[in-house]
Amino acid sequence: MKTFWSAVKIFLVLTFITGLAYPLAVTGFARVFFSGKASGSFIESGGKTAGSELIGQSFKDPRYFWGRPSAVGYNPLPSGGSNLSPVSLALKKQAEDNTVAFLAANPGAAGKPVPSEMVFASASGLDPHISVEAARIQCARVAHVRGVPEVDIMSLVDGRIEPRQAGFLGEERVNVLRLNLKLDEGYQK
Amino acid sequence: MNIFDIIQIAAFIGLLVLLTPPLGTFMARVFEGERTFLSPILAPLERLIYRLGGVDASKEMNWLEYSKAVIIFSGLSLAAVFLMQVLQAYLPLNPDHLDNVEWALALNTAVSFMTNTNWQSYAGETTMSFFTQILGLAVQNFVSAAAGIAVFLALARGISRKTTDLIGNFWTDLVRGTIYVLLPLSLLFAFVLVSQGVVQNFSATRTIITLEGAKQGIPMGPAASQISIKQIGTNGGGFFNANSAHPFENPTPLSNFLETLALLIIPAALVYAYGIMIKDKKHALVLYAVMMAIWAGGLGVSLYSEHDAAARLFNGRPLMEGKETRFGITNSALWAVSTTVASNGSVNAMHSSLSPLAGAVAMFNMHLGEIVFGGVGSGMYGMLFFVLMTVFLAGLMVGRTPEYLGKKIEKREIQMAMIGMLAPGALMLLGTAAACVLPAGLASLSAKGPHGFSEMLYAYTSAAANNGSAFAGLNANTRFYNLSLAFAMLAGRFVCLLPALAIAGSLAGKKSAPPSAGTFSTGDFLFAFLLTGVIIIVGVLTFVPALVLGPILEHMLMVKGIFLF
Repeated sequence: MKTFWSAVKIFLVLTFITGLAYPLAVTGFARVFFSGKASGSFIESGGKTAGSELIGQSFKDPRYFWGRPSAVGYNPLPSGGSNLSPVSLALKKQAEDNTVAFLAANPGAAGKPVPSEMVFASASGLDPHISVEAARIQCARVAHVRGVPEVDIMSLVDGRIEPRQAGFLGEERVNVLRLNLKLDEGYQK
Repeated sequence: MNIFDIIQIAAFIGLLVLLTPPLGTFMARVFEGERTFLSPILAPLERLIYRLGGVDASKEMNWLEYSKAVIIFSGLSLAAVFLMQVLQAYLPLNPDHLDNVEWALALNTAVSFMTNTNWQSYAGETTMSFFTQILGLAVQNFVSAAAGIAVFLALARGISRKTTDLIGNFWTDLVRGTIYVLLPLSLLFAFVLVSQGVVQNFSATRTIITLEGAKQGIPMGPAASQISIKQIGTNGGGFFNANSAHPFENPTPLSNFLETLALLIIPAALVYAYGIMIKDKKHALVLYAVMMAIWAGGLGVSLYSEHDAAARLFNGRPLMEGKETRFGITNSALWAVSTTVASNGSVNAMHSSLSPLAGAVAMFNMHLGEIVFGGVGSGMYGMLFFVLMTVFLAGLMVGRTPEYLGKKIEKREIQMAMIGMLAPGALMLLGTAAACVLPAGLASLSAKGPHGFSEMLYAYTSAAANNGSAFAGLNANTRFYNLSLAFAMLAGRFVCLLPALAIAGSLAGKKSAPPSAGTFSTGDFLFAFLLTGVIIIVGVLTFVPALVLGPILEHMLMVKGIFLF
């Protein structure tokens, strides 16, 4: 019985320290030093919130760069992937459908391999990035729809490439929402 | 693979090895009650906790008392986490007004976090209130990890002490592990995570209008504090459903690199601490080398499978299904291998969509008992079962009474080690077999054929090994899976933990003989070779038939270019 009451008391004290004091300390630190990041990395544009830099959005309009296919349709409640086996017919069909749809929207890409990011759904369903190739291959379409020279859009993409962190970590990538905001800023909607 | 892939892996191994000695030394000092640089701040807190808890820190326990304390503490944890969930609608810190959790799911989750498994049949962002997350789940992230370390400490004491029945005090082991090791590391790491963009707030879901005019509800929460400890304590339970694939949980390549490192660092350093505690660094080095070799072997197979084998399926394109752009293939494979050798179970890619052999490596790592680095504490005591078995087999081969670090290894130790080695495997295979023949088991599958089998095998493997990762196509939030997996997790925890304590008690009581010319050395290459052999042979004999029916069959289909179902 003595062990039981010791267990209760130790449990309560440790709960207070690790369950209350600890998260509040982290919250306090976050609010003081990284307020924007701790509250979701939201981007303000033209006086309103355009979204979170870290949470991808669904883009289907040919005027915008598209993000990756998403198993949850970019609805974060809840996040998730397709969980399809790589040797399943379901994934094969999905990959083919995505490829066909991409080529239909980007006739200029015919004959080139469609980048993986435009074919396969992400793990979170909210991937905010695409690879550099996946952005470049869409430039012709976006330029055409917006009626601007392709080189302009190309250089816009080049300016938004996020390099490997610290020079070697992760992959080169482009943030789709950031890129599209830049697009709306510089060229007619 | 390109040059950056190789640099990242080299940097990862380098940093892991570099951090092992200082952290190991620090932990050994903490656990032996010596002063460290944190003592001026934390020693008063430690004493205060003992006073509030009514605990006499100088009074040690025998193995039965120690076991009783672990069981009572675990039972309390289970009850508290269960109650918080089923009552969360009436509790504060619930800005999204999430409902009470259904009882079977709540029970599964409570067992899951208490046993350091962190299997999740729920999606965090739409199920758990902030109150449940921080005061229920995150607390278990700390204390279940500290309890694992405590049991390992008791076993290390049993090995290094002689002719006593005392193996330490559970409360001091638990408290020291929590406040000197887990808490400072988590605090530091949480700050780094916030700097990378992991959210930390108590706001309700924020709804925005996307550029194309759709509504998007973006969940918030105190994520950084929880993700930090979920990696460090080898827990793995995500704040959000997509776990560390979620951009709010793992926003940048740097956060990813550090989260991967964080899930191995304490288990790796504990091997070093063990060397100090038993005063035999050479033996610890052998264990470390064996672990590193098995980890690296698995990583090699995974990388081959992901980069080479899988790319053949889709015209040479990297298989990015279920992976994030910022991490790419290599970081996803590195994580998948590391999270399953340790009993972490967090993911940064969807394991169900991994190429088949990479999925097989993930499962086989868990099948081995998560002894390659392993869970915090639990990895080391799991490894010691295999060490005892190896010593025993070597003794049989030369016809001498087996000895381990001066202690005679006899019937009782071997019986207990056998239970710890084989019982989790029985839970995994029998659980899978039961699910295979019951309609309730089959109804949850999202895939047919070998992949469907893999979903069930992975689930029971993950549960019994206290890992927590999943082939998440399986709909696990059903009465059948919630209850059967809860049983597998609970049994999986205690069929290893209690034998470890029994061995501690039995070894502590023995005399220690100084090494003689005939003593079988546990600090050389021959021992490393035998130990690796025992681990791999036990794993292969027990699990290869099951793996053949699932991922290996899928691999063969992939090589032939055959798509199924």
